[in-house]
Amino acid sequence: MELLFTSCMGVMIACGVYLMLRARTFPFVLGLTLLGYAVNMFLFVSGRLKTNLPAVISPAQLQYTDPLPQALVLTAIVIGFAMVAFVVVLALKASGELGTDHVDGHKENNS
Amino acid sequence: MNHLIVAPLVLPLLMGAIIVLAVNRSISLHRTLGLISSALVTLITGLLLYQAINGPIQMYVLGNWSPPFGIIMVLDRLSAMMIFITSLLAFLCLLYAVKGTDEQGKNFHALFQFQLLGINGAFLTGDIFNLFVFFEVMLLSSYGLVLHGGGARRTKAGMHYVMLNLVGSSVFLIGVGILYGLIGSLNMADMAVRLAHAPADNAALLQAGGLILFGVFALKAALLPLYFWLPNAYGFTSAPVAALFAVMTKVGVYVILRVYTLIFGEHGGVAANVLEPWLIPVALLTLIAGSIGVVASRDLRQTIAYMVVASVGTLLAVIGTFSVDAVAAAIVYLPHTTFMTAAMFLVADMIRQQRLGVGAALIPDRPVGQERLLGLLFLGAAVAIGGLPPLSGFTAKVMMLMGVQSHAAAPWIWSLVLISGLMGLIALGRAGSLIFWKTIPLDDTGVGAYTKAPHADIPRFDAGYVFPALALLAISPVLVLFGGPLSDFGYAVAAQISQPIHYIEAVLGSDAVAALLSAGGH
Repeated sequence: MELLFTSCMGVMIACGVYLMLRARTFPFVLGLTLLGYAVNMFLFVSGRLKTNLPAVISPAQLQYTDPLPQALVLTAIVIGFAMVAFVVVLALKASGELGTDHVDGHKENNS
Repeated sequence: MNHLIVAPLVLPLLMGAIIVLAVNRSISLHRTLGLISSALVTLITGLLLYQAINGPIQMYVLGNWSPPFGIIMVLDRLSAMMIFITSLLAFLCLLYAVKGTDEQGKNFHALFQFQLLGINGAFLTGDIFNLFVFFEVMLLSSYGLVLHGGGARRTKAGMHYVMLNLVGSSVFLIGVGILYGLIGSLNMADMAVRLAHAPADNAALLQAGGLILFGVFALKAALLPLYFWLPNAYGFTSAPVAALFAVMTKVGVYVILRVYTLIFGEHGGVAANVLEPWLIPVALLTLIAGSIGVVASRDLRQTIAYMVVASVGTLLAVIGTFSVDAVAAAIVYLPHTTFMTAAMFLVADMIRQQRLGVGAALIPDRPVGQERLLGLLFLGAAVAIGGLPPLSGFTAKVMMLMGVQSHAAAPWIWSLVLISGLMGLIALGRAGSLIFWKTIPLDDTGVGAYTKAPHADIPRFDAGYVFPALALLAISPVLVLFGGPLSDFGYAVAAQISQPIHYIEAVLGSDAVAALLSAGGH
């Protein structure tokens, strides 16, 4: 499972970075979302990967999984969601004002 | 528990929420509420600063979840100074903003209060994940404030600022995730204790985590490869926002000073002093790049924005020596540079409004309307920023140069700080002579030739309009007059910073300190 998890994160980060370097607003938003997913997964596994274990200490089971990363991921997801919403609105405003979706405002098609 | 510590966070939060609810009411109500909140926060932070100077490190435990489990706010001398600088600056910027900037768009005052919440929170928090949350609060309001007023240039600069910082936030989470995965705590004092005991197998990952965080802090502080967003974002946004943002880069400086003395400091075990080889070279390169930008800018506001970059380079080069003398000097320089850059942003904005043809661009235009007033304000700000006697820039720079002289990098720091000061003076001298002396006549031929008059229909500034800039400038002679107490305070701050065990003892008790020292023993 570790291999699956890490390769998932790696692929998402690679795709995210590639999309962000396209220097167009819409690919940037997609890339940021992918990067955000990868980062959330990374935070999640910072409490180690465990299966079928409760996130609270219970007398029935000796082992438990670390509940804190789950709380951190929740916070990170909420903040990331708000940021993506903001950057989408900003990208719309920018394409209206600058007349292009290039992040530097270039009009010619030189991507 | 001293409930006053959490007031600089709760008050702007509540007031911001109230202003949002009253969004359709008159702007004068927003102004009143915003000014009341900022004035109260300034008073409270002043009181907290007084307590911190004379008392021990205090802690506010949110929800009474005892550390290291809950989130804590920690008030030591450094954080008390930073929140006081922020609040005073915010109050004066708000006094300037109510003269018309706030009418260019809705929600200015709410965003301003949330901005104050975010910056104060970043300074007070004692938990690294909470630091991330306050960074996001600070950034989200700053995104709104940078774009306030609109315009294509502002949107473009704002977009770069937003996108870079969003990527920075993701990277911050990766750094925090690595550190949490390895040492299992997010409370900064607890992280310091646990890091001291971390096994050597994890050394590479721990150091990587520490340096990934430095990358994020360097983006906030605008260090060399990561400062390109700043000149446009600060140069093209509205003046009170740019003036307030003079303290935002100092958030990065503060966090670097905090994290790399407390967690990755000398007690940091396998990751001790991880930043030391990096900070001085990076800061000096930033200083060079900032100084070149200062001379090369073709717009007064961008010149000042590059001065922010240069001042961060200066501060971090001096802090990078991590000696008590140097940190004390940096603490003296920090309020000076924050307030003077802010004053200069306001003065540049007043100059811009009276040069209808070209604004703040460094191109000859007809003379400004109030030459004596604006000329004197510009002169005062330039003398202070340039580091000439008798104002505070001179004393602070002398103290910094004396503070680093025993360090191996001292020749580099001395020469680059002095050269950058000269470059700043050249740039400001050229800008001043171009704006005030190299004015063009009414028209080139005919009746009006050789008569020089300002543009018609320019705004004329009354005492209330000038007051914020004047008050910011007046801080400079105060910093000189109280230079003795100020440098004593600088040493008191540096004493707390260089002895992180006091911070750890205040947060976790003396057992944790014993645990930390036992790890350092072998």
